[in-house]
Amino acid sequence: MAKNTDLHETRQTVTYTGVAGWIDRRLPVLTGFRAEYITYRMPANLNWLWNFGAILTVVLMVMLATGLFLAIHYTPSAADAFASVEAIDRQVPSGWLLRSIHMTGASLFMAALYIHLFRGLYYGSYKQPRELLWITGLVLLCMVMLTAFAGYVLPWGQMSYWGADVVGKAVGAVPGIGGWLEHFLQGGDAPGDVSLHRLFILHFFMAFAVLGVVVVHVAVLHVAGSGNPKGIEPPAATVPFHPYYSAKDAAGLVLFITVFAVLVFFFPAIVAEPENYRPANPMHTPADIEPEWYFLPFYGILQSVPSKFGGLVVSVGAIGLLFLAPWLDTSPVRSARYRPVYRLGIVGLVVAFVTLGLVGRHHAEGIWMIVGRIATLVYYGHFLLVMPWSTRRERTLPAGVEGTP
Amino acid sequence: MSRLHGLAAALAVLGGVSGVRAEVPTTRAPTPAHVWSFDGPMGRFDMASVQRGYAVYNQVCSACHGMAAVTYGDLAGIGLNEAQVRQIAASHKVPGPLDDDGHPTRRPATPNDHLLSPFPNPQAAMRANSGVVPPDQSRLAMVFPGGPSRIYALLTSYGPAPAGMTIAPGHAYNPYFDGRQTAMPQPLRDHQVTYADGTDATLAREAEDVTNFLAWAAWPHLAERHRIGARIVLYLVFLFVLTILLKRKVWSHVH
Ligand code: HEC
Ligand code: HEM
Repeated sequence: MAKNTDLHETRQTVTYTGVAGWIDRRLPVLTGFRAEYITYRMPANLNWLWNFGAILTVVLMVMLATGLFLAIHYTPSAADAFASVEAIDRQVPSGWLLRSIHMTGASLFMAALYIHLFRGLYYGSYKQPRELLWITGLVLLCMVMLTAFAGYVLPWGQMSYWGADVVGKAVGAVPGIGGWLEHFLQGGDAPGDVSLHRLFILHFFMAFAVLGVVVVHVAVLHVAGSGNPKGIEPPAATVPFHPYYSAKDAAGLVLFITVFAVLVFFFPAIVAEPENYRPANPMHTPADIEPEWYFLPFYGILQSVPSKFGGLVVSVGAIGLLFLAPWLDTSPVRSARYRPVYRLGIVGLVVAFVTLGLVGRHHAEGIWMIVGRIATLVYYGHFLLVMPWSTRRERTLPAGVEGTP
Repeated sequence: MSRLHGLAAALAVLGGVSGVRAEVPTTRAPTPAHVWSFDGPMGRFDMASVQRGYAVYNQVCSACHGMAAVTYGDLAGIGLNEAQVRQIAASHKVPGPLDDDGHPTRRPATPNDHLLSPFPNPQAAMRANSGVVPPDQSRLAMVFPGGPSRIYALLTSYGPAPAGMTIAPGHAYNPYFDGRQTAMPQPLRDHQVTYADGTDATLAREAEDVTNFLAWAAWPHLAERHRIGARIVLYLVFLFVLTILLKRKVWSHVH
C-alpha cells in the first residue's frame, strides 16, 4: 500500500481487445469503470459508516424498479386511486410484496440518508474541498423528501389526504406567493383529482431526477476522494476500491438487506399506518394527523413555533443551515474525534433532532411545547454558536496525532 | 396489563348488569385480550376457521357490510379450489348491463367481481340502518381500533342495557362500541348459521370464525409472507456470514 495521493491509478492501464476493445476505444466506459471502481484509491481506514452511500445507491435502484411496477398498475384519480392500490395488494400477482418493499424501502432510505448525513457532520465531510459534494447531497435530501411526500399521497387513504391538506395549508401560509404555490401543488383549495395527478407526475419525475443528481454527487466525490474518520489528508494508507471496499460494501449491504427483509416479511406494520387503509374522506378529519416518522423532527419544529409562517421558516431553516455548514465551520481539523467542543455540539444536535421527532409525535402539546422550543434552540445553536466558536478554538490536532489536519 | 383490562371490563359489565346506578359509563370498555393463531411474527391462519368465517360473513354480515376490495377469486386464498370459487361467485348477483329498454339488470357474479355492499348507495344504507352506514369490511380488522380482539368482544357482548342508560332509537347496548351503544343489531346468536363441516355453531364459535375471516381479509398474504420471509431471512443470514468471511480474507493483509 503505497502512500498515494493520486486517486485515479494511471500506471496500470489495461488494453481491452475484441468487441470490448472496439467499444472502449470509441467510448472508454471500461477504462472509466476500471479507473473509478476497481483501481480507484480509497483511504484504508474507513469505518462501517462509509457503507451507507453504497447502500443508498442500491436502495434507490430497488425503489425505482418497484416504483415502475406500481406505476403500471396505479390509477392517479381521486375516484380510483385507493381501489387501484388495493388491487395491487390483493389481485396483482406478487403486488403485495413489491408494494411492501417500496413502502418499507422509503422508510429505510430516509433512515440511511439521515445516518449518511450525520456521518458527514461528525467527520467534517462538508469541509473544503468537499463543499460542492455536501451541497449535492443536501439537494438530494430535499428532492428525496419531496418525492417521499408526493408518494405518500398517492394511495389516497385518510393520512394521504389529510397529510396533503396540512402541507397545502402550510405552503399557503407563505406570504405573497403562498396562495399561488398552494394552487400550483393542489390545483384547488383542497386536495383532489388535480392534486393527485400532479403529485403522481412529481413523484415519478423526481425519483428519476434523484438518480441523475446521484450521478453528479458521485462524480464530485471522485474528484476530492473519500474523507476518512481521522480527517487527516491525504490518508496514511490507501487501498484500491476493488477488492477491498467492494467486499466491505457487499457485507454491509447484505446486513442492511437482512434488516429490510425482516421488516417486510415480519413487521410490515412498523412502517404502515393503519389509518391510511381507510379511503380518503374529505368530510371526516382523523383524530390524529401525523406525518411519517422521517418528517416528525421538522413537524416538531413547525408546531413548537407559535406563528404558522414562523414555524415554516424555522423548520425549513433547519435544513437551510445544513447548506451553510462548510462556511460556518472553517476549522482545519475535520474529524469530531479531535474536537471535544464540536463533538459535544453534534451529540446535542442528534439528541435535539430525535427529541424534536418526539415533540412532533405529541403535537407539541403541553410540556412538549417547551421541550420543542429548547430542542430547536439546541439544533440552531450547533450551527450558529458551536460551529463558529469551536472554529476559533479547535484548530490543531492533539499532540501525538500524526499528520496535517 | 391485558389481564387487568379484562378484569376491569368484567367489572364494568357486571356493574352494568347488576344495575349500579351511581355512574353509567359511556366510554367503551377496554378490549379483553384474545389469543389468535395469526398473532406474532410467525403467525398463521386457522384455515378451517377462516372458511367457516366466510360462511358467517356470507350468510349474516354481507346483508349489511360490503368487502369491496375483495373479489370472489381472492377466496382461493382461504383454501377453496377454482370450482368452489366459481360456484360461490355464481350464487351471487351483481349489477349487469342495461337491457334493451334501458332498465338495470342483474347477472351472476364471476370470480373477477367484488364483494360489493348490498346497498346501492350510502343514503340507502343509512336509511336501512338507523342513520349509520355499515362500514366496508375489507380492512376492518386492521383499521378498527382494538383490532380483531375487539371485533370478537363486540360480537359476543350484546345484552340488556344497564338501568339508567338511555339507548337511542334503533340502537342496541354493547359495551365495546364508543358510547356503549350501536346501530348494528345483534348479528350473531347460537346456531345463527349451519356449518357445512358439522361444527357446532355456538355464538363464540361463529364470532371467532368470522373474526378470523375478517383478519384474513385485512392481511390476506400473512401466512405466505411469513413462510417466504423465514426462508429469505435464513438465506440472507447465510449470505452475510459468507460476505463477512470474504471481507475478512480480503482485508487480512492490511495493517
Ligand atoms: C343489520 C345490518 C348489519 C348486519 C347483519 C351486521 N352489521 Fe355490523 N354494523 C352495522 C352497522 C349499521 C354498523 C355501524 C354501527 C355503529 O357505528 O353504531 C356496524 C358496525 C360494525 C362493526 C364496527 C365497525 C366500526 O368501525 O365501528 C363491526 C366490527 C361489525 N359491524 C361487524 C359485523 C359482523 C362481523 C357482522 C356479521 C356477523 C355484522 N357486522 C353484521 C350493521 C350490520
Ligand atoms: C440519494 C441519496 C444519496 C446517495 C445515493 C449518496 C451516495 C453516496 C455515495 C455512494 C458516497 C460514497 C460512499 C460513502 O461515503 O458513503 C457518498 C459520499 C458522500 N455523501 Fe452522499 N449520497 C446521498 C445523499 C447524501 C446526502 C443527503 C448528503 C448530506 C448532505 C450526502 C453527503 C455526502 C458526503 C459529504 C460524502 C463524502 C463523505 C466522505 O467521504 O467523507 N450524500 N454519497
